[in-house]
Amino acid sequence: MHVFATLVAAPSTVTDGAETVAVLVLLSQYAMFRAGLSRSQVRLYAFQSLSVSALALIVAATRHIGELYVLAGLSLLLKVILVPSVIMRVLKEVRGDLAGSHRFGVATMVLCAIVLSVFGVFVVEGMPIHSKSLPLPALALAAAVVLVAFLLVIVRSDVVSQAVGFFSLENGVSVASLVLAAGLPFIAEVAFLFDLLVAVVVFGLLMRVHHGRAATLSTRHLERLRG
Amino acid sequence: MAGVLVALLVLPLAASLSSWWARPALTRALTLVSGVATFALALALVPSTGVTAAFGGWLRADSLSIVFLLAVAFLYAATAVFSLGYVRQGEETPEARRYTRRFFAGLNLFAWAMVAAPLMGSLALLWVAIEVTTVVSALLVAIDDTDGAVEAAWKYVLIASMGLGIALLATLVMYYAGTSALGSSNELFYAKLLGAAHGFSPEVVRLSFGLAVLGFGTKMGLVPVHTWLPDAHSEAPTPVSALLSGALLTVSFYAILRFYEVSVRAVGPAFPRDVLLVFGLASLGLAALYLADQRDLKRLLAYSSVEHMGILAIGMSFSAPVAVVGVLLHVLAHAAGKSTAFFGAGSVVRKFGTKELHRVRGVVSALPWSGPMLLLAVLALSAMPPFGLFRSEFLIVEGGLSSQATALSAVLVVLVTVAFLGLSWHASEAMLTPMPEGTVRGETSAWMVGAMVVGMIALVVLGVHPPSQLSELITHAAGELGGAR
Repeated sequence: MHVFATLVAAPSTVTDGAETVAVLVLLSQYAMFRAGLSRSQVRLYAFQSLSVSALALIVAATRHIGELYVLAGLSLLLKVILVPSVIMRVLKEVRGDLAGSHRFGVATMVLCAIVLSVFGVFVVEGMPIHSKSLPLPALALAAAVVLVAFLLVIVRSDVVSQAVGFFSLENGVSVASLVLAAGLPFIAEVAFLFDLLVAVVVFGLLMRVHHGRAATLSTRHLERLRG
Repeated sequence: MAGVLVALLVLPLAASLSSWWARPALTRALTLVSGVATFALALALVPSTGVTAAFGGWLRADSLSIVFLLAVAFLYAATAVFSLGYVRQGEETPEARRYTRRFFAGLNLFAWAMVAAPLMGSLALLWVAIEVTTVVSALLVAIDDTDGAVEAAWKYVLIASMGLGIALLATLVMYYAGTSALGSSNELFYAKLLGAAHGFSPEVVRLSFGLAVLGFGTKMGLVPVHTWLPDAHSEAPTPVSALLSGALLTVSFYAILRFYEVSVRAVGPAFPRDVLLVFGLASLGLAALYLADQRDLKRLLAYSSVEHMGILAIGMSFSAPVAVVGVLLHVLAHAAGKSTAFFGAGSVVRKFGTKELHRVRGVVSALPWSGPMLLLAVLALSAMPPFGLFRSEFLIVEGGLSSQATALSAVLVVLVTVAFLGLSWHASEAMLTPMPEGTVRGETSAWMVGAMVVGMIALVVLGVHPPSQLSELITHAAGELGGAR
């Protein structure tokens, strides 16, 4: 299990640095389960996004891709500053800071998250992706982040946690993108980020509309429609 | 022809931007002009069976994309006509003016994103266009600001966005698969991917295709990731429901077909077909059962959409080319049939003030034009002749039989029959019963009737005698899809 060996080894090279940053992304995902207040979750998301921007810088340096420096800057601007600001503003406007929207206990959820992470890591380890230049453990950790983000959306019953869950899923995909597709044309990368920006605006609008009608950020009463 | 591609992208976007500032009457006129002109431009592309490209290949139209563009553009035009009657005129309150502005701006923007998707030459930008359709349509679902609409919009945007997160992973994995043959800075252009697909790692392509079906399948409404669909379709304003069902679902199917094309060339046809078969059977089977248990007219039509998406997926799992021709014809016929049915449902809601089936009676008597056309549209959706869906489903079953998939073809026919029973049972109860006392016979809007007439004409033309150029286009597109190694 190369991934677990990486988790305990000290970062001796830049590649190890990339893997360490990916571990930070996953750990911040776990911390979101523990965070009771919506504001804490948003701050954790900002930290996670900062880690992703750092990863972009590391990949830019190791693989000599100049465009990734710009992308890291844009990612920092959008995901570390703009997105958290939009959500914080919504929270301020609705004067809400929901606590305790867990459907299960924190310990149960973190255990489930660990099981999912291990599953994600095993799946990626089994994949036929072999490259000396690619930090494969970082990809395994990205898969774990994506799976744990799904769990976060499922087990938290408030609109802020669910939105943050989706945005953190996007962070997991960003890590995978940096590992698998660092050379993807700049236009496509910028389009992805622009798309995230639009999604954030729409999520923010819908959060506000939801609060306007229900006077709460909780989604527990959203059970009239059952698919 | 490259100018046509650019015009297709500019028109709906310009109509959307103008709608924010123009007076309500002008907004309506601009939407109508934009819808009809977009459809005319799409028709202009039909005779060209080659590839039209612009902006270095980022903008591209081949036979397959033109088929889907036709479906979207037709729906855009028909919905623009219907909306003129649906969004009431004459109410000059500030709220009504704001609603009209938002509705038409959103409608045009939604149509723009759906027109853009089949015109993207790269898998990366295709994903971006489909994500834009999600965020814009989520706002349109919520626009009526009812409890149900807000709940449906939240669930829709969350589930669809998570699904598209998976689809983005699929795109990145496909990029990685392509690096072995195309280098580490390929643009994910279809043309390049198709040309080099033989050299891709089969395992990586399989992973990418599986993720693509799961991710884009969420937006297409494939079971078990369909749960947003009935809620969003039933709670959205009717023109939006028509666009969601007839255009958005098929645009997501188009994205899956682009991955399918590459996968067939990289790993052979067996794996992609098996994956589509599993999702298709689950969708058709569940929808056929759920159709019998619906109490809401729009949810009934929504589950019919799940059924038809299942038929599309099953059709692609048959190896015979005639089945693929049937699938592509089904995309067009379903767009015409489902939009007509939703337009009819919109007239029913306006007339009776409810979409609950047990409270709707005597539709055929109460709505002298819309009522019979709604009944005919429901029969068309049940694959009755002489409508386009009969022809397309016939071709799909014929394809199944000629690919030696006799048992599967039989299952398909049985499930479609079960769906027909559920659909026709509820429809006949609401439509052929006597009209309640006190109900005034008459239509609510000539525009709404006009949109249904257009849909019925399209259904009959596609069923009785599709234009030869359209048949050639579909055959050519089916040939593009059928390439195996």
